[in-house]
Amino acid sequence: MNIQINGNTQQFDDALTAAQLVLKLGLQDRRIAMEVNQEIVPRSRYETYLLRENDKVEIIHAVGGG
Amino acid sequence: MPDSIPVTDVDDSLLIAGKSFQSRLLVGTGKYKDMEGTRKAIEASGAEIVTVAIRRTNIGQNPGEPNLLDVIPPNKYTILPNTAHCYTAEDAVRTCRLARELLEGHDLVKLEVLGDEKTLYPDITATLKAAEQLVKDGFKVMVYTSDDPIIAKRLEELGCVAVMPLAAPIGSGLGIQNPYNILTIIEDAKVPVLVDAGVGTASDAALAMELGCDGVLMNTAIAGAQKPVLMASAMKKAVEAGREAFLAGRIPRKRYASASSPIDGTFF
Repeated sequence: MNIQINGNTQQFDDALTAAQLVLKLGLQDRRIAMEVNQEIVPRSRYETYLLRENDKVEIIHAVGGG
Repeated sequence: MPDSIPVTDVDDSLLIAGKSFQSRLLVGTGKYKDMEGTRKAIEASGAEIVTVAIRRTNIGQNPGEPNLLDVIPPNKYTILPNTAHCYTAEDAVRTCRLARELLEGHDLVKLEVLGDEKTLYPDITATLKAAEQLVKDGFKVMVYTSDDPIIAKRLEELGCVAVMPLAAPIGSGLGIQNPYNILTIIEDAKVPVLVDAGVGTASDAALAMELGCDGVLMNTAIAGAQKPVLMASAMKKAVEAGREAFLAGRIPRKRYASASSPIDGTFF
């Protein structure tokens, strides 16, 4: 299954949830927010949110800015 | 003798969207060399409201990299996510929604929709559109705008909680280019007016406050200084001094001299 994450396509063998994706990327302890196909996925729904083929995932964080 | 003389007999806190702040200096976190430099400068500035930008997380890179929100923790500072580098209303609204999710429902945002890269001037039509949508979505919008008094009024009428006209182009350090417009915006506003962008040095910040601005937001003037921590301290004092001068009421300007020492009693 192909998923686009922050502009780069990644391949996954099995179906996975948003929570599993966060874990695979090693971001479980980071302050992040996620949207899939331009819709926010609330943190409370990561466990049950199933990602689909060709989903466009954006994972963001806070950086320095004015 | 009391230890200190109260400067004002009333509480002079800055009220934004129902929350009060003691500091009238708001600072950004961009352009610093490292996180430690950011932390020290922000601490020296005394700012309580601190802006951040929202960007993609680096996937698979620098796993141990310190997180900005660990350096400026949301339980200590009021984080003000911005929509920097957004050139459309849609991108700005999307950025704010992600920021609200990131900050667990925190809904105070700094809206900026830019027109072009040369000037970084606000695209006013897109700014008005984004402001309307964000207010409808329940955001508390502090809005970066031009120094046009009519637009400032329109943004207030749309429900923005603060209007933030530029002093000069972002990062230019030119200081307040149009003090009379800033003054008109202040006179007509029912929400706080903060100068955002264009401040170069302490006297620029003091002038903004002497005009009657409710606060000043800056980033480059501190982060780009040769000694950012020292400049942060200077800006803190300038904003406080400017505020006190505004409250004290300056003397009118006159063309000719007026002696300070008495004329009576001279013996020569």
